[in-house]
Amino acid sequence: MPPSLSDPPFQPTCAAPDVLPLGLDSFVVRFATHGGRDHPGAVQAYAQAFKEIAFDGVVEVALALASLRVVFDPARTDVGALSALLRDLAESRDWYQDGSPPPRRRWQIPVAFGPDFAPQLTEVATLTGQTTQETIRTLTNTDLRVLAIGFAPGQPYIGLLPPVWDFPRQSDLTPEVPAGALTAALRQLVLFANPSPTGWRQVGLTAFRPFLADRNTAFLLDAGDALCFRAVSDAEMHSLLADNRDGRGGARCEILS
Amino acid sequence: MTQLQILQAAPGLSLQDMGRNGLVSQGVSPGGAADRLALLEGAALLSLPAPLAALEMAGAGGVFTATAPLRIALTGAPMTATLEGQPLAWNASHLLPVGAELRIGGVRAGTYGYLSFSAPVLSAHLPTGTAVTPWQGSIATHFAAGIGARLTAGCQLEFGDAVQTDAPPLCLPTDTRFEGGLCRVMPGPQTDLFAAETCARFYDTRFTKGQRANRQGVALESTGQGFSTPAATGLLSDFIAAGDIQMTGDGQPFVLLSECQTIGGYPRLGTVLPEDLPRVAQCQPGATLQFQQVTLDMARDAMRCDSEILSALRQKLTPLTRAPQDIRDLLSYQLVSGVTAGDDLDIP
Repeated sequence: MPPSLSDPPFQPTCAAPDVLPLGLDSFVVRFATHGGRDHPGAVQAYAQAFKEIAFDGVVEVALALASLRVVFDPARTDVGALSALLRDLAESRDWYQDGSPPPRRRWQIPVAFGPDFAPQLTEVATLTGQTTQETIRTLTNTDLRVLAIGFAPGQPYIGLLPPVWDFPRQSDLTPEVPAGALTAALRQLVLFANPSPTGWRQVGLTAFRPFLADRNTAFLLDAGDALCFRAVSDAEMHSLLADNRDGRGGARCEILS
Repeated sequence: MTQLQILQAAPGLSLQDMGRNGLVSQGVSPGGAADRLALLEGAALLSLPAPLAALEMAGAGGVFTATAPLRIALTGAPMTATLEGQPLAWNASHLLPVGAELRIGGVRAGTYGYLSFSAPVLSAHLPTGTAVTPWQGSIATHFAAGIGARLTAGCQLEFGDAVQTDAPPLCLPTDTRFEGGLCRVMPGPQTDLFAAETCARFYDTRFTKGQRANRQGVALESTGQGFSTPAATGLLSDFIAAGDIQMTGDGQPFVLLSECQTIGGYPRLGTVLPEDLPRVAQCQPGATLQFQQVTLDMARDAMRCDSEILSALRQKLTPLTRAPQDIRDLLSYQLVSGVTAGDDLDIP
């Protein structure tokens, strides 16, 4: 079930996303500054439409939760034309209408939910008003997407979970979650690339390493990838962690297009 | 193969170049030299078509020797430097002869000094047995992303063929960017989230560079109230970039530098122009920094791409001449010919 289905119905407005310069070598196309709707789908749809244009001088297109960034080389880009094109594209349609474009790839990542691997699972169950089993079921049955990558190299922000998962980060930081920690807040999951202090609550552990500099494919995920989690026993997670030279932690990747 | 041995190293030594582009979508900011202008100055002094990797030295340098003659340039924050005990001019290029001891001490102003070479660095071998090598088009160490490594005593740089071998020693005039000063700021995507009075007060404030400063960003300190905005509550994480002036929870400004993260949840008042960012990176804690608002059009007009900056620097090059008082063995030079004591011709 696409997570947007559980949201209140979208009321179309005339407001197109803003096109704003960020420094002298990029534009941000921003759908919202604060909370609310299913912005990731609109961001992904706009990004895909823009990438198809292949504008000369553009270095890359990066996605965040409610915005995308178009980075260009000022020495070989017609900045005025790029700005006009981004604005025209912004106003050309209702980017919320069709939701996320179809994913190119689908990942299935093993995750363990034993008490050692999911120290805050019961706390999150309380926050969402579910049993622990229902919480695990939501985490493993929801079709998710990589919404953005950031904070650490390759580290995915994943979502969106149903609205009951819209609880804030905890105010006290957890001193350290391990690499591979699956953590929740704000209807999203973050799969930590490295050990890190965080305010996100740990609800599981994976052996998935989204970034390894000396791996053939240094970065595994792209924003827009579809993703789901598969529950494994603690024993299986121990063996995945013990033999994890490729850093994929038993994940499978299916190419869809 | 030409090598440079690092015999001693101050704590903040790393390989840096102009950074790596194209990885924002994977959460990696460009990184590269904290003071990009210093690398362009190095390229101008060594007659290179574009900057190569250099040693970035934070606060102090180290002791180095080369296994083959190597042309070098010293730029960025001026540091005390000697070659076999003889003082070397900063903001200048020099020949480093085989086995000669190059000693680079502490900064005399600013923060980041640079040792550039006329040959590309292929790798840096660490005493641990690991190596720093080019990755995704750059050899720059990105500490925040865990790419590359700090260089220590016992490290060894390996070079490819020199790009330019016969350029004479040159120098550039000393720049003023090491003492702080005025930095221009262009509007950013979140400027409008701040009240006009808050922005006006920001531009009226004389800031002091704080002690919290590294390659990710530097703190600005001031007396009086902070520069927060009510819009900070519930603000969605959005893209950030080097130069951004970010307000932390209590409204304290931080100016982000080359190793900043790619997305963040703090509101940003504007972006320091790339040309003025070395001023923020280079000045020492306690230096005064002030900011001046410019429009987007003014910022675009002021922008110079790297090749334009390099061309302008080349116009300022002059031959390096040594001051007589710096030459220890001055009397061993034949300074005047044809003069005798007057009696040597009388010897039969």
